[in-house]
Amino acid sequence: MSTTTDLQAALAAQTEVKQPKKLSLIAFSGDFDKLTATFTLATGAAAVGYEVNIFFTFWGLDAVKKKQGRAFVGKGFLPKLFGFFMGGPKAAPVSRLNFLGLSPKIFRYMMRKNNVATLEELIEAAKALGINLYLCEMAMHILGLEKDDFVHEVKDVLGVATFLEISEGGRTLFI
Amino acid sequence: MIMATHKLDITNEHCPMTFVKTKLKLAQIAKGDRLEVLLLEGEPLQNVPKSATEQGFQVLEVKQIDGPVYQVTIQK
Repeated sequence: MSTTTDLQAALAAQTEVKQPKKLSLIAFSGDFDKLTATFTLATGAAAVGYEVNIFFTFWGLDAVKKKQGRAFVGKGFLPKLFGFFMGGPKAAPVSRLNFLGLSPKIFRYMMRKNNVATLEELIEAAKALGINLYLCEMAMHILGLEKDDFVHEVKDVLGVATFLEISEGGRTLFI
Repeated sequence: MIMATHKLDITNEHCPMTFVKTKLKLAQIAKGDRLEVLLLEGEPLQNVPKSATEQGFQVLEVKQIDGPVYQVTIQK
């Protein structure tokens, strides 16, 4: 009888222990709309008390580049060329109906008109909220990029093993 | 020690900036200060007081101001 009571008490105590809430996002896409989703989720979660990590890889690296528009960033001819065509957050295309870069401008206009935060405002909010921004070491190596090519709020350059360690115990989304 | 009262109007904001602006304002004010947040019914009213409580702040009052507009008083 006492065993059942003890078990119930232990279960009740267990449910009362609050695990720190954690959200980790893998920002793979450099598309304007997908980056907007990434930063909306990240800032919203951080504002309601989650620990938030964003791991930028491949096209997602564009979001946190120091140079906001197109620039020949990277070491070597091919990385520089890639860097130029990838651009920064200001040059991000939308994933559908991009209309040669016209759609992101229309989206920004509609977002401002409807008083919804633009991608740039969300990125600034993410920095202000102290969201942990991480860069993918492997993707940076391919693209000839260095930590100095990114905004100073970037916390670290990581590999898969460290990211898995950091994201353990929370929810992880790939965008 | 004098406790100050700060004001924040997020009635024109949308998700996630409703939470973001509240969180950033709460970070700026001193411990013991109060923050009066004007917000709209629906998600902001449901979740701004809830997340403030979860983060260890004290929600002192929730009152209806006019129609869908409410004022939430939070103490840091």
